Amino acid sequence: MSEYKIPILREMNRTPEYLFWVGCAGAFDPRYKKVTQAFAKILIYAQIDFGCLGSEETCTGDPARRAGNEMLYQMQALQVIETLQRYQIKKIITICPHCFNILKNEYPDLGGHFEVMHHSTFLKKLLDEGRLKINLEKLKNKTATFHDPCYLGRGNGIYDAPREVITGSGIQLREMKRNRSFSLCCGAGGAQMFKEAEPGHTEVYAERTREVLSTQAEIVATACPFCMTMLSDGIKKENKDEEIQNLDIAELILLSLH
Amino acid sequence: MTKSFLFLIVLLITIGVFLWSMRRIFGIIPLLKSFPIKNPWKRLKVTLEVALGQSRIFRRPLVGLAHALVFWGFLIITLGSIEMVIDGLSGKERFFSQWPDFYRVIVFSGDIFSVLVLVSILAFLARRLFMKIRRFYGVEMKPISKIDAAVALIIILLLMISLLGTNIFYILTHPGHLDDSLPISALLARFLHSPDPSQAHRMHETFWWMHILLIFAFANILPYSKHFHVFTSIPNVYFSRIEPLSKMDHMPEIEKEVKLMLDPSASPSETELPTPRRFGVKDIEDLTWKNYLDALACTECGRCTDVCPANLTGKKLSPRKIVMDVRARAKEKRVGLLKHGINYEDGRALLRDYISEEELWACTTCNACARECPVNINQPVIILGMRRYLAMEEAVVPPLLASMLSNIENNGAPWQYPAEAREAWMQF
Repeated sequence: MSEYKIPILREMNRTPEYLFWVGCAGAFDPRYKKVTQAFAKILIYAQIDFGCLGSEETCTGDPARRAGNEMLYQMQALQVIETLQRYQIKKIITICPHCFNILKNEYPDLGGHFEVMHHSTFLKKLLDEGRLKINLEKLKNKTATFHDPCYLGRGNGIYDAPREVITGSGIQLREMKRNRSFSLCCGAGGAQMFKEAEPGHTEVYAERTREVLSTQAEIVATACPFCMTMLSDGIKKENKDEEIQNLDIAELILLSLH
Repeated sequence: MTKSFLFLIVLLITIGVFLWSMRRIFGIIPLLKSFPIKNPWKRLKVTLEVALGQSRIFRRPLVGLAHALVFWGFLIITLGSIEMVIDGLSGKERFFSQWPDFYRVIVFSGDIFSVLVLVSILAFLARRLFMKIRRFYGVEMKPISKIDAAVALIIILLLMISLLGTNIFYILTHPGHLDDSLPISALLARFLHSPDPSQAHRMHETFWWMHILLIFAFANILPYSKHFHVFTSIPNVYFSRIEPLSKMDHMPEIEKEVKLMLDPSASPSETELPTPRRFGVKDIEDLTWKNYLDALACTECGRCTDVCPANLTGKKLSPRKIVMDVRARAKEKRVGLLKHGINYEDGRALLRDYISEEELWACTTCNACARECPVNINQPVIILGMRRYLAMEEAVVPPLLASMLSNIENNGAPWQYPAEAREAWMQF
């Protein structure tokens, strides 16, 4: 018996204001499923009119496109655009910067025009509108550092929204040396998530993890499923999972809600 | 009169050689792929910010300031060079001085900047000669690149010395004329025991000719040097890719194929497009003219490689190498392409003869390189274009990516989960 009822578009007889685009990692990755649930709880808490595609969702085609297979990407994209248009979707929120980038920037080339928001921007909007009652005391003695997802930061110029969400949860933010447009990649973008890294003297995620750990923060906040996988792995390999937690910005907000 | 005539001959040779070089270098542009250049206002804004404002150079503040001083100095000093050409042709002296207020400003700032440029160039030489700076090294930095850098710096150094020399001896031969407008030259002139007038005059002429001949020589060395960026970087910034960095370029030629695949009854006339020679980038002629301009604008500073996560962790990929490879391959193939047209083959290609698959697959598309480049070069576009060729024309991708692709094809996700499992998270 489910405590929360997630609205699914095929069961709704109308178009909700927002489509919550979950993404493959949000649906299948055991750790990121928890982020999906956290964000859904916030949507329900803030009484947002939303729906999900559920089994009608399919890959946006991002990893295929970055792996060079434009053909497969376009087949996926045209299929997704058809589904979205069938449900007359206008606004999309997604918890994955890769889905965000492709839906927002790349689908228009194939005729798919939607208003797309990453959950960092959406959470900031909810905070600004006062729709989330935050207890600033809950996290005030904790410190978090933020790892910029490339597809959100450099790729789309969104640096402030996730930071405002983090500080909006009441937690202290401590920046890494390489932050914002200088941020170092986690190593997973451009379809790297799905392959072995080429030989080198270290792994990209290991390099970034060391930088995360050097901040001595108790939490590393992320806003991307791939960054989360990479940094969580890095932290585990350094045997630091007792000392530092890897949480999504939505989970921080959920922790600080009244 | 003899001087003017001599000057005219030298100028014509300079321009002639320069135009010949330009034809050699830019001749292949019409053969390359198109690149959209809409949005002039946005482009102008980017140019003001990134080129004139040196915004990206200042991401490294200290050495950035030194470069910005050289750049701004060049802009001012170029006005003086134009005047020298007019003087040389007309036999006049200091032609622009007929507009005294304007003249005072350019002469004054030119004098200050000549010293600032001189000091910056000495700092650059010291960095190259005595400091071990990571980005000055790397597999792509062959001895010729180092010589190239040193030659350019030494020429600029000599340009500044000859400019100061010209001004110093101008003051000595024209006392009281421009002393206030040339404060540094005037100061230096005081250190010289006033030589006899005819000798001072000879020194002035010598420095004047040295300066202008160095400019002419420099202009004709540049097209064959990485410092060609002196000419190409401002246009390159104007023609920057202005889309969000993470956006990949559309392939309308694939859209046609895909639409026919999804709906075989679709009339081809609706989606009529010429079938391209090949999908993606294998060699120079598959690039856009902007990719080529990027390669010409690269001065091998290595800021891109210095922030590349793959390179920092010891992988073979170096974004600077990718750009330098494009330039080297274009240089190798452009004569043949110009002579025999787009279908010319020489048995070599950018892919594999220059850039290996290992380099291409190491890219995380994080865009740190493109964000860092002071002249808005876009390296990932080239890398992804080559991946497109590998994946679509050769079907060669790393094995794990092949399984990821077949998962997407079979069950619409990069992992092997059925679509129904997408609702499992909803039970909580």
